Amino acid sequence: MQRIGVFVCHCGSNIAATVDVKKVVELIKLEPGVVHAEDYQYMCSEAGQEKIAVAIREKGLTGIVVCSCSPRMHEATFRKAAEKAGINPYMVEIANIREQCSWIHKDMEEATKKAVILARAAVAKVNLNAPLKPGESLVTKRALVIGGGIAGIQTALDIADAGYEVDIVEKTPSIGGRMSQLDKTFPTLDCSACILTPKMVDAAAHEKINIYTYSEVEKVSGFVGDFTVDIRKKARYVDMDKCTGCGVCQEKCPSKKAPSEFNRGLNKRSAIYTPFAQAIPNVPVIDADYCVKLKTGKCGLCEKVCQAGAIDYTQKDEIITQKYGAIVVATGFDVIKLDKYDEYAYSQSKDVITSLELERIMNAAGPTKGHLERLSDGKAPKNIVFIQCVGSRCSDNRGKSYCSKICCMYTAKHAMLIRDKYPDVNVTVFYIDVRTPGKNFDEFYRRAVEEYGVNYIKGQVGKVLPQPDGQLLVQGVDLIDNKQIKMEADMVVLAAAIEPESSVRKIATMLTASIDTNNFLTEAHPKLRPVESPTAGVFLSGVCQGPKDIPETVAQAGAAAVKVVGLLAKDKLLTNPCTAKPDELLCNGCSTCANVCPYGAISYEDKLINDHGIRETRRVASVNSALCQGCGACTVACPSGCMDLQGFSNRQIIAEVDAICR
Amino acid sequence: MKYSYYSGCTLRTKAKSLDVYARASAKALGFELEEIENWQCCGGVYPLGSDEIATKLSSVRALNEAKQKGQELVTMCSACHHVIKRVNDDMKNVDDIRTRANNYMQLDEPYAGETTVLHFLEVLRDRVGFDKIKEKVVNPLTGKKIGAYYGCLLLRPSNIMAFDNAENPTIMEDFIRALGAEPVIYPYRNECCGGHISLKEKERAASMCNEIVKSASGFGADMLITACPLCMYNLNKNSAGDLPVYYITELLAEALGVKEEVAK
Repeated sequence: MQRIGVFVCHCGSNIAATVDVKKVVELIKLEPGVVHAEDYQYMCSEAGQEKIAVAIREKGLTGIVVCSCSPRMHEATFRKAAEKAGINPYMVEIANIREQCSWIHKDMEEATKKAVILARAAVAKVNLNAPLKPGESLVTKRALVIGGGIAGIQTALDIADAGYEVDIVEKTPSIGGRMSQLDKTFPTLDCSACILTPKMVDAAAHEKINIYTYSEVEKVSGFVGDFTVDIRKKARYVDMDKCTGCGVCQEKCPSKKAPSEFNRGLNKRSAIYTPFAQAIPNVPVIDADYCVKLKTGKCGLCEKVCQAGAIDYTQKDEIITQKYGAIVVATGFDVIKLDKYDEYAYSQSKDVITSLELERIMNAAGPTKGHLERLSDGKAPKNIVFIQCVGSRCSDNRGKSYCSKICCMYTAKHAMLIRDKYPDVNVTVFYIDVRTPGKNFDEFYRRAVEEYGVNYIKGQVGKVLPQPDGQLLVQGVDLIDNKQIKMEADMVVLAAAIEPESSVRKIATMLTASIDTNNFLTEAHPKLRPVESPTAGVFLSGVCQGPKDIPETVAQAGAAAVKVVGLLAKDKLLTNPCTAKPDELLCNGCSTCANVCPYGAISYEDKLINDHGIRETRRVASVNSALCQGCGACTVACPSGCMDLQGFSNRQIIAEVDAICR
Repeated sequence: MKYSYYSGCTLRTKAKSLDVYARASAKALGFELEEIENWQCCGGVYPLGSDEIATKLSSVRALNEAKQKGQELVTMCSACHHVIKRVNDDMKNVDDIRTRANNYMQLDEPYAGETTVLHFLEVLRDRVGFDKIKEKVVNPLTGKKIGAYYGCLLLRPSNIMAFDNAENPTIMEDFIRALGAEPVIYPYRNECCGGHISLKEKERAASMCNEIVKSASGFGADMLITACPLCMYNLNKNSAGDLPVYYITELLAEALGVKEEVAK
């Protein structure tokens, strides 16, 4: 029999206001094995931990139950305290009487009853606990960053500057990401390329950074400190070592009908291309869907004009396998498709564009060389209407329920830039709310209104109606004046919601990193661990975790890098000892457990078994405890009940259930 | 193929042609519209009051009749379609309305939204297929530039009507193409004509109609087509222009070569 001490925490008033903690102490003392019970205001505080240590010493405790908050919060704290006082940390159990009791109940009597039951279950479990010892695993001192936008670049630079090797995997032909598509950045209006391209160059030149562009992560296995990743380097059809980046191939390429991804499809590019002039690496790729040579075998012009002999039509995809200690997801975002918002006539008129398209139009390297003109007829617009929250803050299932966060600021930026460069153009912005928290942000918006005379109207647009003469009629409502508005425009700009880049689902699945209903990656704790995924060794950087602007992205990128460096600085990691363990005498070798294991941790071996004097060779399950994550799927699937999760054995769980049902 | 058919009151009086051309076209296309017995007026307006039951009962009767025969229920008039489809949705998904309506109805087996309600255009698109119609056209309406006028009742609320993309519908344009004519796309095709206020606020209804007609002619339409008797009335009486308005079924009958037959 264990000698168990129970410690009931008030958590200030968080628990004590709803649960009668004195009564819990009184009743839990009656449980078999309990030799000590007490309550305290903050059990997690130093004084609280000291109480546990004292009781261990004075009462000779062998097991501890702490009735407090969720084990996700303080299990590690109490285990450490117990270990310091001389007992095995896995002899500590938490009864969660806060999140699962006091916070969700109102009635004190009911809540107290439930708290006692939860404590009883934990006591029943501790009675069957056995000391466990964590193993050790080595840390591979190399990090992988998935995504080469500003988030990925910054994270990689910070990790590399700390002295560790980093690989960036970017699926497009160049690093740079969304930020490279922007013309100017708020609130300072400095040119996006001018602040981004130096960082791109730094990343490319850094001796610790290795960049795989036009590449995608294909497979991930392993665990924190020891991931093994397959990277598919897509066939570029251009030898990266030989190419000098002269650009002649792109000029001579006869196939110039491919929509330019970089310019959001607003103009065309050649089949052999670099996405933009400052691309890194400055090595083109051949788009196999448009290349005449690859499609029909005829042409080969680029090969003929290439002085360096870099063109290679026979290149194949290549798989690179590499080991990493940590992985950072920095996959970024895209704007939503607008097919559910046909009332804004985006699909019906060329002069209805998204803000990202406007960004390209305003850019000197864009499809109109930076001249503000209508895409339908090339005329200069005189009246421009901006519509905010297209697909953001949406209450029906057409769009996103969240605020995309960046649109108020970039719309103010666009409005201001247009009024500055073309003072005779009227600019109107329809908005639900203008949200500009952030350093110098509200001042920026006010400048748009007060100094640049941008006409802000609180209200939404119901419909954009293309007119026979090519004009657009905007039908909306002014909520402050309480009147309907009909307004002629030559151009309408939609602030389309942003959403995580489409490939993030696939990547999250490979990493077993959790994502929310909007495909944003979930952080380990929304407040206290915002740059870590709940999956150990996986970190989050940039918009893949939630909408954010450039300064916030850069800040988060640095934070993720610090977490990675903290991990890579260790030589060894302690592994979780709560892994699956088969009872070889009961195992019938059916393979059910191996089939359900998501981590590939279970294999089979032929082993000599001594079954009560009968010696024979049997095929039995064997668990690689370094790979096992302790999910417990195998213990449920095993038909003969031979598989047990250490620390959560079938006997322990049944004892808990019995204690609850008693 | 046989469908239960709910013609509705207006198709017996003012909008007779909408009905007779539909029946003749159906025959030519190889399906039959079997009028349900003892149908009653749908009321014309879907009652928004959540405690309103009596005005929904005629729809429930029609729906149940089709269920008894094991047939899909086809409607023609936009207003009837709107009311019956929404009542069907209530019977399927709103417990309170279903219980109370069934308490009134005292059917052998309670009705719970089992019947599928189809608008005539949906039959053409989803059951017959516009490709098939194209094959059966004997008098293609080549050279005609036709503006489809959807109105509001067929499209909204879009989650319940599930008729087409409410903001950028295509079913009537595809129908026009199947008949060999050229559809004219104009932005007012899914705006309300003001039919519900055409007596009370004539001027406002007139301005709404004029916007529609002006926009359609501006984009080059020679005529409008509609499936709604109320829109037809309103566009004819309350708009200033002289753009002719036809029922969808009249053009269909003409293209299929059965219009003369009906006239006899």
